[in-house]
Amino acid sequence: MDDQTKRKNRMGLLAKSAPQTVKRLCETLCASHSFEWLRQPETGGVMVRGRTGGTGSAFNMGEVTVTRCSLRLDEGTVGHGYVQGRDKTHATQAALVDALMQTPAADRIETEILQPLRETRVRQQAAIQARANATKVDFFTMVRGDD
Amino acid sequence: MYVAVKGGEKAIDAAHDWLGEVRRGDPDIAELSLAQIREQMTLAVDRVMSEGSLFDPDLAALAIKQSRGDLIEAIFLIRAYRTTLPRFGASHPVETDTMQCQRRISATFKDVPGGQILGPTFDYTHRLLDFKLAAEGNAPDTSTQDAPDLAAERKPHVMEFLNKDGLIESAEATDETPPDLTREPLELPANRALRLQNLTRADEGFLLGLAYSTQRGYARNHAFVGELRIGKVAVEMDIPELGFSIEIGEMTVTECETVNQFKGSKTEPPQFTRGYGLVFGQCERKAISMALVDRALRWKELGEDFAGAPAQDEEFVLSHSDNIQATGFLEHIKLPHYVDFQSELELIRSIRTAATAALAETKIAAE
Repeated sequence: MDDQTKRKNRMGLLAKSAPQTVKRLCETLCASHSFEWLRQPETGGVMVRGRTGGTGSAFNMGEVTVTRCSLRLDEGTVGHGYVQGRDKTHATQAALVDALMQTPAADRIETEILQPLRETRVRQQAAIQARANATKVDFFTMVRGDD
Repeated sequence: MYVAVKGGEKAIDAAHDWLGEVRRGDPDIAELSLAQIREQMTLAVDRVMSEGSLFDPDLAALAIKQSRGDLIEAIFLIRAYRTTLPRFGASHPVETDTMQCQRRISATFKDVPGGQILGPTFDYTHRLLDFKLAAEGNAPDTSTQDAPDLAAERKPHVMEFLNKDGLIESAEATDETPPDLTREPLELPANRALRLQNLTRADEGFLLGLAYSTQRGYARNHAFVGELRIGKVAVEMDIPELGFSIEIGEMTVTECETVNQFKGSKTEPPQFTRGYGLVFGQCERKAISMALVDRALRWKELGEDFAGAPAQDEEFVLSHSDNIQATGFLEHIKLPHYVDFQSELELIRSIRTAATAALAETKIAAE
């Protein structure tokens, strides 16, 4: 996996994780790093698109709230955060993790934050999947009479 | 005619204070929290998000609380809030075949690969009041199977399997940027993308009635549910400062694809045609209705006859589907119209005077 794909994956992971989970894991980290804002956290809307017939051309479905920000660590690394919802702390922490993953702190962040987030996510998905599979049904067609 | 009225400030303040009180209800009963609404009134939250055209469960819960459970009022609040948001951009189209399905059924393909998954449905319940819910109980038991293999659980669209023989029309992608009716006023005739945007935020009741009318024979289009699926999809967007796209979140959506019997027309061969519904949240009735109405509106491109049915009439459907437009115009007639009414009153008086005089004259002439 190249660096861009890795970055893309972890930014998606941070955005899709619940704000309170990200907050809990990032608390100590965030306290120990200072940065300056390139763009203060701001909330806006993103128009979500669907595809006609599931596979066809795009159409506009409606918007989703998104919060974004950009910051620069004291040592100069830049990080960006784009997360669904209106939680400014969530966006800030996503940007901070994005920046720190480009520094020597990357290994620590990987084990202390990203790995637990990934595990939480897999656990949640597995729980839903197991629930769904329990409702999997086989319909039998009854044989009709001769008349 | 609109004329400013003055006065009534004290009465209005008192009315709003009272509104606050009745919203709260009996203070001896615990107050509803937003989290309770979000977690336990989920289908109301989903409806407010889909017709409010903004995906944000916390805001929808707030709107429901503020509106005392009047969902159209809640949708109004969400629409108003939506206009205050700067637009960051548009997402890539969500890929519903990558959805982690919590529900996925097909009424046309019994042995669909991946299986029929009922999910948390009201179907097959007896619709009898459950008095166990009236007594406050503990959380229900959760029964699950062994840890599933997530990678193997991808559910392709049923249409892919049904269309092996090429008997169903295909939906090809183009690179066209879809029109956006939140940016440009609706212009007719509308293309399908614009119609779908209108339908996905349309009033559920209005679409249900129209869809039902097609089933009863007003432009019947013989719809089967090819597939209905509900689950989470990722929302991906290009980030200019990065130069590539990332997933910025995920949301639950409901998708319905219908296959419709079609005898063929002057321009199209006999085949199954399709209707499509895609809605924020778990809004199954709405998604099915949307698909039926979408199909009815496609009569022109499929070379069908216009049967004069309401569901085929694009101007009628698209102009009356939005419950915020509708309620705004409908409810404004209860606001002060004194000057209008005064002039109408004058007019009626003068017509009546003239009519009475004319009647008297004819009577005299007759005598």
